[in-house]
Amino acid sequence: MNFRMTVATTTRVLGQLRHDHRSVALILVVPALLLTAVYFLYENETLAPGFPRTFDRVGLMMLAIFPFVVMFLVTSITMLRERTSGTLERLLTTPIHKADLLFGYALAFSIMAALQSLVATAVAYWVFDLDIKGSPGFVVMIAVINAVLGVALGLLCSAFARTEFQAVQFMPVVVVPQILLCGLFVAREDMNEVLEAISGVLPLTFSVDALKEIAGNADATGTMWQDALIMGGIVVGVLVLASLTLRRQTR
Amino acid sequence: MTPLPAAIEATGLYVARSRSKILNGLDFAVDAGRITGLLGPSGSGKTTLMRAIVGVQRITRGNVTVLGHPAGSAPLRHDVGYVTQGASVYGDLSVQANVRYFGAMHGATAADTAEAIAAVGLGSFARHKAADLSGGQFSRVSLACALVAHPRLLVLDEPTVGLDPVLRAELWERFAAMAAAGTTLLVSSHVMEEASHCSSLLLLREGLLLAQLTPGELAERGRSDDLERAFLAIIKAADRGQEERQVTS
Repeated sequence: MNFRMTVATTTRVLGQLRHDHRSVALILVVPALLLTAVYFLYENETLAPGFPRTFDRVGLMMLAIFPFVVMFLVTSITMLRERTSGTLERLLTTPIHKADLLFGYALAFSIMAALQSLVATAVAYWVFDLDIKGSPGFVVMIAVINAVLGVALGLLCSAFARTEFQAVQFMPVVVVPQILLCGLFVAREDMNEVLEAISGVLPLTFSVDALKEIAGNADATGTMWQDALIMGGIVVGVLVLASLTLRRQTR
Repeated sequence: MTPLPAAIEATGLYVARSRSKILNGLDFAVDAGRITGLLGPSGSGKTTLMRAIVGVQRITRGNVTVLGHPAGSAPLRHDVGYVTQGASVYGDLSVQANVRYFGAMHGATAADTAEAIAAVGLGSFARHKAADLSGGQFSRVSLACALVAHPRLLVLDEPTVGLDPVLRAELWERFAAMAAAGTTLLVSSHVMEEASHCSSLLLLREGLLLAQLTPGELAERGRSDDLERAFLAIIKAADRGQEERQVTS
């Protein structure tokens, strides 16, 4: 690992994004807009007194799911371009270490994800009075971990796509099952046993669990930290797998 | 002048890719501090040979030693520059940002970056987005990204394709100056007239080394001062030789 090369990579990836105003706008604004849609979706629900709004549950989970989906897509396309344009091969003839490249990417997109989730969380909190007991700072933290997970999976999946068209097709394979099984639509304990078991090993499940802890407790709980730690472990594991797909030599 | 040790040495280099043989057992040495031309028709294996030398192509059999180390090994990553045929740069970054990024891998300074950009004649385009440049300018960005590292060996795959005659002449002058300063250059081309700029030529055909000679020797052996004709004559002679061998065996 070389700090200078990692930072150079982060600066370069952010520089590429900076020229692309439309993508930056989409990354920053779309989650907040969708959150607004979710809010109005449940606007007319009738609540028994003392019952939490559905928005407080679904809106909160959306805050963690957006950065995951967006960063997965952005990363897998960017990395695929890097592979097909020859810049990756060229980079790997230089002294850069694979870890510098991967962490450079992860850092750049984490910064974007942090900005994205700050916007979305601020809107949820101040415009729509999102009602959670814990600190919104922890919500942003979980959102950023989710974004890094999206980055890691995007880096890995780009190795299995030859074209951008194929890369986009990985979204239904990698992202949608996690959203279906994470506990957003059906509580995990109410699921079919097989699905529940599968959901128990999918990374997004841990972030939804962590968010429930944040929503229900004023202070950070051990379970939340444990969930965050497991997510971190999965991220490192996926990044290691992704680094195996970066080869200095090809046949 | 005392002869320098060879910058590149290949022995029995054999590369096969998904059953087809690309390089069929090559033995040669490339002198340090010289411009060596790699010439041959398209599909003759020039790019694969260059990829093997910079270490991104897996070798099936044989050895390639570059600057005293096995091709592609870690100590060479500061010393070998590779410019691919299609420009490998980031189209969505400025010229300067591209050169600065590749320079960062070698600890290059802002002055190195400016120097490399000026060297390829893009000084006034430094802040332009690479993708907005013309085809010839775009490929020169790629060259600047290699120059910024001050490599000891520079491998260039068809660097003059799509350039106008003035620029081509300027680039060859620059290559000559670099060689005079001690850099080894390996330059591929399928335009034979460019061979005259090289001090030594590797003629490649169908994965085989047809000959290693100087431009003067090429003209002599091909019995023409037009190097293109000379090359064609050598190919025809080689084909006849092959047929004769087949007939006698």
